[in-house]
Amino acid sequence: MSLELRVKNYLQLNLSLLYWILIAPFTGQFFKIAPIFRQMVFIGVRAAPMVALTAFSVGVTLAMQAAHSLESLGAEMYIPDLVMITLLREMGPVLIAVIVIGRSGSAVAAELGTMKVSEEIEALEVMAINPIQYLVVPRFLAMMVMLPALTIFGNYIGILGGWAVCVSALDFNTAGYVLRALESAETWDLYSGMIKSVVFAWIIITIACNAGLNVEGGAEGVGQATTASVVEALLAMLVTNAVLTGIFFFSA
Amino acid sequence: MNPNSEAIIEVDHLVRRFGDRAVLDQISFNVHRGETLVIMGGSGCGKSTLLRHMIGSMKPTTGSVKLFGEEITGMAEREIERVRLRFGMLFQSGALLASLTVGENVALPLFQHTKKSPDEIEQIVKQKLEIVGLTGFEDLKPDEISGGMKKRVGLARALALDPELLFSDEPTSGLDPIMTAVVDELTLNLTKGTHMTAVVVSHDMTSAFRIATRMIMLGHGSIVAQGTPDEIRNSSNPEVQQFIHGRADGPIPLNVSQEEHKDHQHVRPRPFLGARFRFHHKHP
Ligand SMILES: Nc1ncnc2c1ncn2[C@@H]1O[C@H](COP(=O)(O)OP(=O)(O)O)[C@@H](O)[C@H]1O
Ligand SMILES: [Mg+2]
Repeated sequence: MSLELRVKNYLQLNLSLLYWILIAPFTGQFFKIAPIFRQMVFIGVRAAPMVALTAFSVGVTLAMQAAHSLESLGAEMYIPDLVMITLLREMGPVLIAVIVIGRSGSAVAAELGTMKVSEEIEALEVMAINPIQYLVVPRFLAMMVMLPALTIFGNYIGILGGWAVCVSALDFNTAGYVLRALESAETWDLYSGMIKSVVFAWIIITIACNAGLNVEGGAEGVGQATTASVVEALLAMLVTNAVLTGIFFFSA
Repeated sequence: MNPNSEAIIEVDHLVRRFGDRAVLDQISFNVHRGETLVIMGGSGCGKSTLLRHMIGSMKPTTGSVKLFGEEITGMAEREIERVRLRFGMLFQSGALLASLTVGENVALPLFQHTKKSPDEIEQIVKQKLEIVGLTGFEDLKPDEISGGMKKRVGLARALALDPELLFSDEPTSGLDPIMTAVVDELTLNLTKGTHMTAVVVSHDMTSAFRIATRMIMLGHGSIVAQGTPDEIRNSSNPEVQQFIHGRADGPIPLNVSQEEHKDHQHVRPRPFLGARFRFHHKHP
């Protein structure tokens, strides 16, 4: 499929999503709650262990790197600040998005792609069931809720990782670490990370659904579309992250 | 055919090209209320493609398709949904949703398009599964049942909303002779009893002659012959005779594949290798 056509399909998908979420409910076509919860479990809850492991490792790594750099300046007391701010602003949203792209985005692309090649999507259309409403809306809403939720969860685990290093290997006690961490972070650090993860959620799920719905050419096509969706979502997410960091922290 | 009854489907000079190959070339026919039209023809001759144009999931290159008097080729998605509520479609593969159970598949159109209570829906699902001989299979997933059973679930789902028009793509392929008779009986009961109109693609000549009130034979992209079952049976067209009697030699070219594999010239059978080798290039 040509790039032009794929971009057109992508924009169309976004427009119909907006229609089904913002306009359709006022015409009496509500979305059903049960499928959204099913997707929340699939997209979010099942990814939680991987997110926890990633976030903990990142917290540990950040604390060790901070210790290494700050000790030579005699500024060890700022280690919690560095862990906290890096996690909330950048590492939390970005790395958790990476995990969710690899795990949930690819799964959604593969699932919808398989449905496409086995004529299930066509069958839905012929039964007058809109595939965007029936398949994409619940996945979209689940992702918009679960990625920010996972990011908050990951932030806590990351801070725990930093604490583990500070308390076990450095001269911190728990109270000192927590106080210092809380003092350093501002609410804007948290909010900026949340805004990022909401934007990332949108990018990840729309790219995954679009890739799945436009698969051509059997099982092989499903594989290619899944891989492509992971690469595209990663690139789009990282570029968007740079732009958002620029807007939030560099423009004022 | 009663000439006074209304035409439910009107296909007019339908042309569909894939690349520069015309899979459907100037096809025209009407289907009237209460008829059972059987479409026959060799594998790959465009029967499923023709059905897809009749249900509006493919748009013709040129030509027109009218359902219930309304032109569907230019319709927007929202308009065509209204038309689609009036017919059911059984796909060649069944096309069941793999994530839902058999029962949920049949219930899906009812949940989406009616205000019936879950209890009523469960009742209807039971009844629809019973008429296709699948009582008690509600809770299995599609990948836990055989291909023939999937077809019958697909049929139950197509009938869930009691449509006035049914399309079936090879409803009996993959079924044993008894189940074939059951499905044929069902089609006959629906068309005779409730005046449903049916368009059935079939390879199975016994089944085709049992249910058809009219038949169309497709070949090389156009209609080779059409008429009542008797007219077809007594047709003097040698292609028709070859097809309905299933003879290996006759005027129907075996090398449908030469047409098909234009883009893959290297798989064309070499001359002088003879018909034995050409068989391998025939569609399964
Ligand atoms: N989406 C498509 N793109 C390209 N060619 C197609 C497509 N769908 C069907 N065809 C071609 O059209 C021809 C008819 O296919 P089909 O209608 O499935 O045959 P039948 O149902 O009679 O066995 C085949 O040669 C097939 O390769
Ligand atoms: Mg077919």
